[in-house]
Amino acid sequence: MRIGVLTFPGSLDDVDAARAIRLAGGEPVPLWHGDHDLKDVDAVVLPGGFSYGDYLRAGAIAARSPLMRDVVAAAGGGLPVLGICNGFQVLCEAGLLPGALTRNSHLHFRNRDQGLLVERADTAWTSAYTTGQTIVVPVKNGEGRYVAAPADLDRIEGEGRVVVRYTGGNPNGSSRDIAGVTSADGRVVGLMPHPEHAVEALTGPSTDGLGFFTSVLSAMVTS
Amino acid sequence: MSRVVVDVVLKPEISDPQGQAVLGALGRLGHSGVRSVRQGKHFVLEVDGDPDEAELRQIAETLLANPVIEDVELHLSTD
Repeated sequence: MRIGVLTFPGSLDDVDAARAIRLAGGEPVPLWHGDHDLKDVDAVVLPGGFSYGDYLRAGAIAARSPLMRDVVAAAGGGLPVLGICNGFQVLCEAGLLPGALTRNSHLHFRNRDQGLLVERADTAWTSAYTTGQTIVVPVKNGEGRYVAAPADLDRIEGEGRVVVRYTGGNPNGSSRDIAGVTSADGRVVGLMPHPEHAVEALTGPSTDGLGFFTSVLSAMVTS
Repeated sequence: MSRVVVDVVLKPEISDPQGQAVLGALGRLGHSGVRSVRQGKHFVLEVDGDPDEAELRQIAETLLANPVIEDVELHLSTD
Protein backbone atom coordinates (compact mmCIF):
# COMPACT_ATOMS: atom_id res chain seq x y z
CA MET A 1 0.00 0.00 0.00
CA ARG A 2 1.53 3.27 -1.16
CA ILE A 3 0.75 6.34 0.95
CA GLY A 4 1.96 9.69 -0.36
CA VAL A 5 3.36 12.33 1.98
CA LEU A 6 3.03 15.76 0.40
CA THR A 7 5.89 18.14 1.17
CA PHE A 8 5.46 21.91 0.78
CA PRO A 9 8.16 24.52 1.32
CA GLY A 10 8.05 24.87 5.11
CA SER A 11 6.66 21.41 5.92
CA LEU A 12 8.26 20.03 9.09
CA ASP A 13 6.66 16.72 9.95
CA ASP A 14 6.82 14.94 6.60
CA VAL A 15 9.64 12.67 7.79
CA ASP A 16 7.74 11.72 10.95
CA ALA A 17 4.61 11.06 8.88
CA ALA A 18 6.59 8.79 6.53
CA ARG A 19 8.04 6.96 9.54
CA ALA A 20 4.57 6.42 11.02
CA ILE A 21 3.35 5.00 7.70
CA ARG A 22 6.31 2.61 7.60
CA LEU A 23 5.72 1.49 11.21
CA ALA A 24 2.07 0.85 10.37
CA GLY A 25 3.13 -1.42 7.50
CA GLY A 26 2.68 0.90 4.53
CA GLU A 27 5.09 2.26 1.94
CA PRO A 28 5.58 6.04 2.25
CA VAL A 29 5.93 7.84 -1.10
CA PRO A 30 7.39 11.38 -1.12
CA LEU A 31 5.29 13.86 -3.10
CA TRP A 32 6.31 17.43 -3.98
CA HIS A 33 3.81 20.30 -4.03
CA GLY A 34 5.07 21.73 -7.32
CA ASP A 35 4.63 18.52 -9.31
CA HIS A 36 1.50 17.36 -11.07
CA ASP A 37 2.14 13.72 -10.17
CA LEU A 38 0.35 11.74 -7.45
CA LYS A 39 2.56 8.72 -8.32
CA ASP A 40 -0.38 6.29 -8.17
CA VAL A 41 -0.59 6.44 -4.37
CA ASP A 42 -3.50 4.81 -2.55
CA ALA A 43 -3.84 7.61 0.02
CA VAL A 44 -2.22 10.96 0.88
CA VAL A 45 -1.02 12.50 4.15
CA LEU A 46 -0.58 16.28 4.39
CA PRO A 47 1.95 16.78 7.20
CA GLY A 48 2.40 19.49 9.81
CA GLY A 49 4.64 22.51 9.56
CA PHE A 50 4.45 26.05 8.26
CA SER A 51 3.89 25.76 4.51
CA TYR A 52 4.82 28.97 2.69
CA GLY A 53 5.67 30.46 6.09
CA ASP A 54 1.96 30.63 6.96
CA TYR A 55 1.89 33.76 4.76
CA LEU A 56 -1.59 35.20 4.02
CA ARG A 57 -3.30 32.56 6.22
CA ALA A 58 -2.00 29.22 7.49
CA GLY A 59 -2.40 26.73 4.65
CA ALA A 60 -3.85 29.27 2.20
CA ILE A 61 -1.11 29.28 -0.42
CA ALA A 62 -0.35 25.56 -0.08
CA ALA A 63 -4.04 24.80 -0.71
CA ARG A 64 -3.68 26.36 -4.18
CA SER A 65 -0.42 24.62 -5.14
CA PRO A 66 -0.29 22.45 -8.29
CA LEU A 67 -0.37 19.05 -6.56
CA MET A 68 -3.10 20.11 -4.11
CA ARG A 69 -5.38 20.71 -7.10
CA ASP A 70 -4.76 17.07 -8.05
CA VAL A 71 -5.40 15.98 -4.43
CA VAL A 72 -8.73 17.86 -4.38
CA ALA A 73 -9.77 16.19 -7.65
CA ALA A 74 -8.69 12.73 -6.42
CA ALA A 75 -10.45 13.22 -3.07
CA GLY A 76 -13.63 13.83 -5.06
CA GLY A 77 -13.15 10.31 -6.40
CA GLY A 78 -12.69 8.83 -2.92
CA LEU A 79 -8.91 9.03 -2.37
CA PRO A 80 -8.32 8.93 1.41
CA VAL A 81 -6.57 12.11 2.61
CA LEU A 82 -5.34 12.87 6.14
CA GLY A 83 -4.34 16.41 7.11
CA ILE A 84 -2.38 16.85 10.32
CA CYS A 85 -2.02 20.32 11.88
CA ASN A 86 -0.83 22.46 8.93
CA GLY A 87 -2.27 19.74 6.70
CA PHE A 88 -5.66 20.24 8.38
CA GLN A 89 -5.37 23.98 7.71
CA VAL A 90 -4.59 23.20 4.06
CA LEU A 91 -7.64 20.91 3.75
CA CYS A 92 -9.96 23.60 5.18
CA GLU A 93 -8.45 26.24 2.90
CA ALA A 94 -8.86 23.89 -0.08
CA GLY A 95 -12.55 23.45 0.75
CA LEU A 96 -12.25 19.69 1.35
CA LEU A 97 -13.22 20.13 5.01
CA PRO A 98 -15.62 22.61 6.65
CA GLY A 99 -14.56 25.40 9.02
CA ALA A 100 -11.24 27.21 9.45
CA LEU A 101 -8.26 27.33 11.82
CA THR A 102 -7.31 30.67 13.39
CA ARG A 103 -5.03 32.15 16.05
CA ASN A 104 -5.30 30.39 19.42
CA SER A 105 -7.65 32.26 21.75
CA HIS A 106 -4.88 32.79 24.34
CA LEU A 107 -2.43 33.85 21.58
CA HIS A 108 0.26 31.42 22.80
CA PHE A 109 1.83 28.52 20.93
CA ARG A 110 0.69 25.41 22.82
CA ASN A 111 2.77 22.23 22.91
CA ARG A 112 1.66 19.36 25.16
CA ASP A 113 0.29 15.83 25.30
CA GLN A 114 -3.43 15.99 24.61
CA GLY A 115 -6.38 13.77 25.34
CA LEU A 116 -8.77 13.21 22.42
CA LEU A 117 -12.21 11.63 22.46
CA VAL A 118 -12.88 9.59 19.32
CA GLU A 119 -16.41 10.27 18.07
CA ARG A 120 -16.16 8.69 14.64
CA ALA A 121 -14.52 5.26 14.38
CA ASP A 122 -15.90 4.61 10.90
CA THR A 123 -13.77 6.94 8.74
CA ALA A 124 -10.96 5.74 6.48
CA TRP A 125 -8.45 6.99 9.07
CA THR A 126 -10.05 6.01 12.41
CA SER A 127 -11.45 2.49 12.01
CA ALA A 128 -8.74 1.12 14.34
CA TYR A 129 -10.39 2.97 17.23
CA THR A 130 -13.72 2.54 18.96
CA THR A 131 -16.32 5.27 19.36
CA GLY A 132 -15.95 6.84 22.80
CA GLN A 133 -12.29 5.79 23.13
CA THR A 134 -9.86 8.33 24.63
CA ILE A 135 -6.38 8.54 23.11
CA VAL A 136 -3.35 10.71 23.97
CA VAL A 137 -1.23 12.33 21.25
CA PRO A 138 0.87 15.53 21.16
CA VAL A 139 -0.67 18.83 20.11
CA LYS A 140 1.54 21.75 19.00
CA ASN A 141 0.09 24.82 17.32
CA GLY A 142 -0.27 28.58 17.36
CA GLU A 143 -3.17 28.78 14.92
CA GLY A 144 -5.21 25.74 15.85
CA ARG A 145 -8.47 27.27 17.03
CA TYR A 146 -11.22 25.61 14.99
CA VAL A 147 -13.93 28.11 14.08
CA ALA A 148 -17.02 28.43 11.90
CA ALA A 149 -20.21 30.45 12.10
CA PRO A 150 -22.55 29.06 14.79
CA ALA A 151 -25.04 27.82 12.18
CA ASP A 152 -22.22 26.01 10.36
CA LEU A 153 -21.02 24.44 13.62
CA ASP A 154 -24.57 23.18 14.22
CA ARG A 155 -24.58 21.66 10.74
CA ILE A 156 -21.10 20.11 11.17
CA GLU A 157 -22.13 18.50 14.45
CA GLY A 158 -25.57 17.56 13.15
CA GLU A 159 -24.03 15.71 10.20
CA GLY A 160 -21.68 13.83 12.54
CA ARG A 161 -18.59 15.37 10.97
CA VAL A 162 -16.66 15.68 14.25
CA VAL A 163 -14.05 12.88 14.36
CA VAL A 164 -12.15 13.81 17.54
CA ARG A 165 -12.81 16.29 20.33
CA TYR A 166 -10.37 17.66 22.94
CA THR A 167 -10.80 16.14 26.37
CA GLY A 168 -9.02 17.10 29.58
CA GLY A 169 -8.73 20.72 28.47
CA ASN A 170 -9.04 22.63 25.22
CA PRO A 171 -5.53 23.71 24.12
CA ASN A 172 -6.44 26.54 21.76
CA GLY A 173 -10.01 27.72 22.27
CA SER A 174 -11.46 25.62 19.45
CA SER A 175 -15.23 25.95 19.07
CA ARG A 176 -17.07 23.17 20.90
CA ASP A 177 -13.72 21.43 21.67
CA ILE A 178 -13.50 20.25 18.03
CA ALA A 179 -10.04 18.80 17.28
CA GLY A 180 -10.74 17.09 13.96
CA VAL A 181 -13.46 16.73 11.32
CA THR A 182 -14.20 14.60 8.27
CA SER A 183 -15.70 14.95 4.82
CA ALA A 184 -19.24 13.75 4.15
CA ASP A 185 -17.92 10.43 2.77
CA GLY A 186 -15.52 9.83 5.70
CA ARG A 187 -12.49 9.57 3.38
CA VAL A 188 -10.91 12.96 4.14
CA VAL A 189 -9.96 13.65 7.78
CA GLY A 190 -8.17 16.62 9.30
CA LEU A 191 -7.05 17.19 12.88
CA MET A 192 -4.78 19.62 14.69
CA PRO A 193 -3.06 17.12 17.06
CA HIS A 194 -0.22 14.95 15.78
CA PRO A 195 -0.86 11.18 15.69
CA GLU A 196 2.44 10.69 13.80
CA HIS A 197 4.30 11.82 16.95
CA ALA A 198 2.68 9.05 19.03
CA VAL A 199 3.73 5.87 17.25
CA GLU A 200 6.68 4.66 19.35
CA ALA A 201 7.12 4.38 23.12
CA LEU A 202 10.63 5.84 22.89
CA THR A 203 9.58 9.22 21.51
CA GLY A 204 5.85 9.62 22.07
CA PRO A 205 3.53 9.87 25.08
CA SER A 206 1.79 6.72 23.78
CA THR A 207 1.49 4.70 20.60
CA ASP A 208 -2.15 5.78 20.24
CA GLY A 209 -1.46 7.65 17.01
CA LEU A 210 -0.52 4.58 15.02
CA GLY A 211 -4.18 3.70 14.56
CA PHE A 212 -4.70 6.51 12.03
CA PHE A 213 -2.16 4.86 9.72
CA THR A 214 -3.19 1.24 10.28
CA SER A 215 -6.83 2.30 9.69
CA VAL A 216 -6.19 3.55 6.18
CA LEU A 217 -4.19 0.43 5.31
CA SER A 218 -7.08 -1.80 6.36
CA ALA A 219 -9.55 0.50 4.58
CA MET A 220 -7.62 -0.09 1.36
CA VAL A 221 -7.60 -3.85 1.86
CA THR A 222 -11.37 -4.01 2.33
CA SER A 223 -12.30 -1.52 -0.42
CA MET B 1 -2.62 51.32 -14.39
CA SER B 2 -5.23 51.02 -11.68
CA ARG B 3 -4.89 50.77 -7.98
CA VAL B 4 -7.21 48.45 -6.14
CA VAL B 5 -7.51 48.19 -2.38
CA VAL B 6 -8.94 45.09 -0.74
CA ASP B 7 -9.73 45.12 2.98
CA VAL B 8 -10.29 41.76 4.65
CA VAL B 9 -12.05 41.63 8.02
CA LEU B 10 -13.20 38.77 10.20
CA LYS B 11 -16.95 38.15 10.09
CA PRO B 12 -18.67 39.70 13.14
CA GLU B 13 -19.55 36.28 14.59
CA ILE B 14 -15.89 35.09 14.59
CA SER B 15 -14.01 36.14 17.73
CA ASP B 16 -10.74 38.04 17.26
CA PRO B 17 -8.22 37.36 20.07
CA GLN B 18 -5.57 39.51 18.37
CA GLY B 19 -7.92 42.48 18.32
CA GLN B 20 -8.78 41.81 21.97
CA ALA B 21 -5.06 41.81 22.85
CA VAL B 22 -4.68 45.20 21.14
CA LEU B 23 -7.71 46.46 23.06
CA GLY B 24 -6.11 45.29 26.32
CA ALA B 25 -2.89 47.13 25.47
CA LEU B 26 -4.83 50.31 24.69
CA GLY B 27 -6.48 50.12 28.10
CA ARG B 28 -3.07 49.81 29.76
CA LEU B 29 -1.91 52.88 27.82
CA GLY B 30 -4.80 54.89 29.23
CA HIS B 31 -7.06 54.87 26.16
CA SER B 32 -10.06 53.75 28.12
CA GLY B 33 -12.55 55.14 25.59
CA VAL B 34 -11.83 52.50 22.93
CA ARG B 35 -14.64 49.95 23.13
CA SER B 36 -13.56 47.37 20.57
CA VAL B 37 -10.72 46.51 18.16
CA ARG B 38 -11.05 44.18 15.17
CA GLN B 39 -7.86 43.38 13.29
CA GLY B 40 -7.88 42.81 9.55
CA LYS B 41 -5.71 42.81 6.43
CA HIS B 42 -5.20 45.55 3.84
CA PHE B 43 -4.05 44.62 0.31
CA VAL B 44 -3.00 47.12 -2.38
CA LEU B 45 -3.00 45.72 -5.93
CA GLU B 46 -1.71 47.52 -9.01
CA VAL B 47 -3.29 46.13 -12.17
CA ASP B 48 -2.87 46.85 -15.87
CA GLY B 49 -5.62 48.91 -17.51
CA ASP B 50 -9.02 49.47 -15.99
CA PRO B 51 -9.88 47.20 -13.08
CA ASP B 52 -12.13 44.25 -13.88
CA GLU B 53 -14.39 44.27 -10.86
CA ALA B 54 -15.62 40.71 -11.37
CA GLU B 55 -12.09 39.35 -11.65
CA LEU B 56 -10.90 41.35 -8.65
CA ARG B 57 -13.83 40.16 -6.57
CA GLN B 58 -12.91 36.59 -7.52
CA ILE B 59 -9.28 37.22 -6.48
CA ALA B 60 -10.44 38.70 -3.19
CA GLU B 61 -12.91 35.95 -2.38
CA THR B 62 -10.86 32.94 -3.51
CA LEU B 63 -7.37 33.85 -2.27
CA LEU B 64 -7.05 37.09 -0.31
CA ALA B 65 -9.90 36.16 2.05
CA ASN B 66 -11.29 32.91 3.41
CA PRO B 67 -15.06 33.38 2.98
CA VAL B 68 -15.71 30.83 5.74
CA ILE B 69 -14.56 33.36 8.34
CA GLU B 70 -13.81 36.64 6.54
CA ASP B 71 -15.61 39.39 4.59
CA VAL B 72 -13.99 41.51 1.86
CA GLU B 73 -14.38 45.17 0.91
CA LEU B 74 -13.22 46.13 -2.59
CA HIS B 75 -12.15 49.72 -3.37
CA LEU B 76 -11.46 50.49 -7.03
CA SER B 77 -9.76 53.64 -8.27
CA THR B 78 -8.16 54.57 -11.61
CA ASP B 79 -5.09 56.84 -11.60
